[in-house]
Amino acid sequence: MLIKLTGGKLYDPANGINGEIRDIYIQDGRIVTPPADMRVTEEYGLHGRVIMAGAIDPHTHIGGGKMTIGRLMLPEDHRKDPVAHTHLTRAGCGHAVPSTLTAGYRYAEMGYTACFEPAMLPVNARQTHMEMADTPMVDKGAYAMIGSDDFFLRQLAGKQDIEAIKDYIAWTIHATQALAIKVVNPGGISAFKFNQRELDIDEKHVHYGVTPRDVLLSLARAVKELGITHPLHVHGCNLGVPGNVETTQKTIAGMDGLPVHLTHLQFHSYGTEGDRKFSSGAARSAELINNNKNVSIAVGLVLFGQTCTASGDSMRQYGNTGAANPKKWVIMDIECDAGCGVVPMRYRDKSFVNALQWAIGLELFLLIDDPWRIFLTTDHPNGAPFTFYPHLIRLLMDKGFRNDMMQKIHPDALSSSILPSLDREYSLYEIAIMTRAGPARSLGLKDRGHLGVGASADITVYEDLEDREAMFEKPLFVFKNGEVIVRGGKIVKVVQGATHVARPDFDKGIEKSLRNYFERFHTVALDNYKLSDEEIINGGDGGAIVVQPGSARV
Amino acid sequence: MSQSSGSSSYENVASPFCGLLCDDLHVTNDNATIQVIKSRCGATAGFERSLPDAKPQISGREVSLEEAVTAAAGLVSKSNAPLYGGLSTDIDGIRAALALADHTRGVIDHAYGSVIDRNMAVLQSAGWFMSTLTETRNRADIIVIAGSDVHKLYSCFFNNIVNARESLFSDIPTKRTVVFIGEGLDQSGAVGERIGEVITLACPLDRIDTVLSVLLARLRDHPVRGDEIEGVPLSDIEALRKRFLEASYGVMVWASGDLKTQQPDLTVHTMSEVVKKLNETTRWGGLSLGGTEGSVNATAVCGWQTGYPSQISFANGAPDYDPYLYSIDRQLADKEGDLLVWIASITPDLCPPETDLPMIVLGTPGLKLGKQPDVFIPVGTPGVDHAGQTIRCDSVVSLPLRNLGRSSAPSVAQVLSAIKASL
Repeated sequence: MLIKLTGGKLYDPANGINGEIRDIYIQDGRIVTPPADMRVTEEYGLHGRVIMAGAIDPHTHIGGGKMTIGRLMLPEDHRKDPVAHTHLTRAGCGHAVPSTLTAGYRYAEMGYTACFEPAMLPVNARQTHMEMADTPMVDKGAYAMIGSDDFFLRQLAGKQDIEAIKDYIAWTIHATQALAIKVVNPGGISAFKFNQRELDIDEKHVHYGVTPRDVLLSLARAVKELGITHPLHVHGCNLGVPGNVETTQKTIAGMDGLPVHLTHLQFHSYGTEGDRKFSSGAARSAELINNNKNVSIAVGLVLFGQTCTASGDSMRQYGNTGAANPKKWVIMDIECDAGCGVVPMRYRDKSFVNALQWAIGLELFLLIDDPWRIFLTTDHPNGAPFTFYPHLIRLLMDKGFRNDMMQKIHPDALSSSILPSLDREYSLYEIAIMTRAGPARSLGLKDRGHLGVGASADITVYEDLEDREAMFEKPLFVFKNGEVIVRGGKIVKVVQGATHVARPDFDKGIEKSLRNYFERFHTVALDNYKLSDEEIINGGDGGAIVVQPGSARV
Repeated sequence: MSQSSGSSSYENVASPFCGLLCDDLHVTNDNATIQVIKSRCGATAGFERSLPDAKPQISGREVSLEEAVTAAAGLVSKSNAPLYGGLSTDIDGIRAALALADHTRGVIDHAYGSVIDRNMAVLQSAGWFMSTLTETRNRADIIVIAGSDVHKLYSCFFNNIVNARESLFSDIPTKRTVVFIGEGLDQSGAVGERIGEVITLACPLDRIDTVLSVLLARLRDHPVRGDEIEGVPLSDIEALRKRFLEASYGVMVWASGDLKTQQPDLTVHTMSEVVKKLNETTRWGGLSLGGTEGSVNATAVCGWQTGYPSQISFANGAPDYDPYLYSIDRQLADKEGDLLVWIASITPDLCPPETDLPMIVLGTPGLKLGKQPDVFIPVGTPGVDHAGQTIRCDSVVSLPLRNLGRSSAPSVAQVLSAIKASL
């Protein structure tokens, strides 16, 4: 069977194609050069339509214990968006913390074909994969959280050889079926368990005597030397603290040029100027990013309305509990492994702080030059639910619309932001970089995020509407592995995506010290901690595992 | 697994019968007779129970599995308001039950729905500050057993967590203070090298809420009048307040199913508020024990697939949650629903509630049954008869369950999926 998509306008930055009219041929789920002797069996006339690869969200909290805590905590939010079953799809709930099934459907209906959970606690990996298995339509993967776990902190404090740290990290990636490594408040989640309430980049952990800088450097180096494609995914110190742009500067300067991905930079770009001692540090952050090519970022934009923040950063989330709306929150210390904090939040355009957060996020988008190093996220659901992406794209592409929105926010926030002076409008090509080609390249997804021959036929077709929000809200077609799964913004076929993992080399000798550690201190056996391939392949509706190649270990 | 003629041996087996999911079991299977050779777990009897021979039945008449599934599908098709209860199963079993309940616009509720609700009411109204088993094992210097008979119900907690031989952070394992709130609680676990002082506030178990409220009031610096609260000298509460504030890491432990107070959800709330208040200056966590009969699995999978923990109706197509309206116990008492589908695959003790409604039972062989169900389908126990996955009481750790090859009975997920496919 040969499918032809005829006459569409392609935006495929990975292959340097910027709005050219080209035909695409699909055979057996892949994009192919049309075989000379084969007849086209199905043709889609797409003249005047915009074609991009399926979108990829590299940072969205879709699975794992803290999301289910958020779901269980907010029945009142679900009641505003009940989702009934159809003859194809299952029932669920939407809005701030959607049910897994609804999240999969809605991502696909917006043209997304892959989503990555960025904060998988290793000890919670099995459940994270269970939840991702129940998230249909999209490919998925997860980043394992390291950096506040006692095994690693003992290694670091004991000045163990970097090779042993590398073996432990690689072992963790295998054991938890992860694609990358994330660090959250480096060492800080553990420090909080020792009653430290803050941990700045050069502050010592009271028990281990190591600093966040030590943690960051050893992890970033280990990830690089293990040949893992995605650089260390960093949620830095002092999230949300006024003045934390200083920490961001020190963090970047302290990386010695090692590749890092700084996530939700908006929450780390705050100054202390003005009457309220809260100001935008976006210009400084953006300059740092523009000048340091080893750094990529996700913005984590705040948009207005009810949402729920969920993070592994128990220390900083505890600090945010005073702002919980509605007034309830969960903090957890978890298994000498990590922690979590779930705090519902209602961002208001009439609040100075929230309005300025909104402006800071947009400033970052508009001031950072290189779209290959900036990914479009709201850190779902922390800044806003992912369903706001079409609105966010319009804010970036449409200066007039942005100006209209600016008039609605707290006037003092607007007057302390440079946003009104920024005229940049993103092009479709740049949007395609931020939502497809950039994340795919950063994550090392070889056959996703582009439309070249050999790519998996994950393709989104849009009407070329002037209203970019309407355009990105309801794609005309979404193809997953060459099959139409969405037509006119509605699901027409339910499919199960694959799980992407990395498999860096490591010395199996590390299991000896891990086994000893587990037997002495843990409450589960090492062999039961490890998540097998079969559990992913056979769990729920099942799904394939795709091993993404890295480079050789150094 | 190692094997010799007709006999197999398995190590590091996780127990579906233990609320703490102990996974250190060494188990042998000798011609379908399971023996636990070695374990520190106190809840292993489920493995060694002799399994009566059981065949699928329609109104007591033995039939093939296919006939039983067809008959069950017939009853489900005819039903306008099916109730899916029990839910004692693994992750895949809950997934299959939710798929069927969604498809047939039924109500779904775990057998322990009202117990789950005691914690959920707190999570949904105020939230909490929690710890987990490994954190407790390694960190706790004070452990409070609040109004529930933890050692009697979950002996593994004292044996393996509190009395763990080693802990992180100190070469010489520190001694822990153990506080019992409530009289008559089994204190026999609180002995050994790791146990320092044992303190008891001997109030009646149905009055611990008052004692906890006074403790909370004092932590908030509110004055309290009188010398005695429910038989406990105020000075004892005052002394405890000081100790709690001086703890490096305290853990407040409860088993919500065993709380004897009139409004246990409010008691859990008061305990959580004590923990929250203490966290303003030092570090504490709550720890809720429980989760047998797959109740944590049900809460979690219902939670991520629908947003709600249990007591869910799909009658209007979308999940609707109401702990009162969609409690299957209440629905049966008020003659609502027109079919009961009861799922009990782990222990033989989770008998279906009394009802005149037509009933389909997916049960472990030997399940205690009041009346004869219209359709009975024997199912395997996850972690004994088939592989599976299950979640621990702290809602963080989950473990693989092994197929120990005891019987070839189908899993709950297989039977429910077959019923759904036959509709």
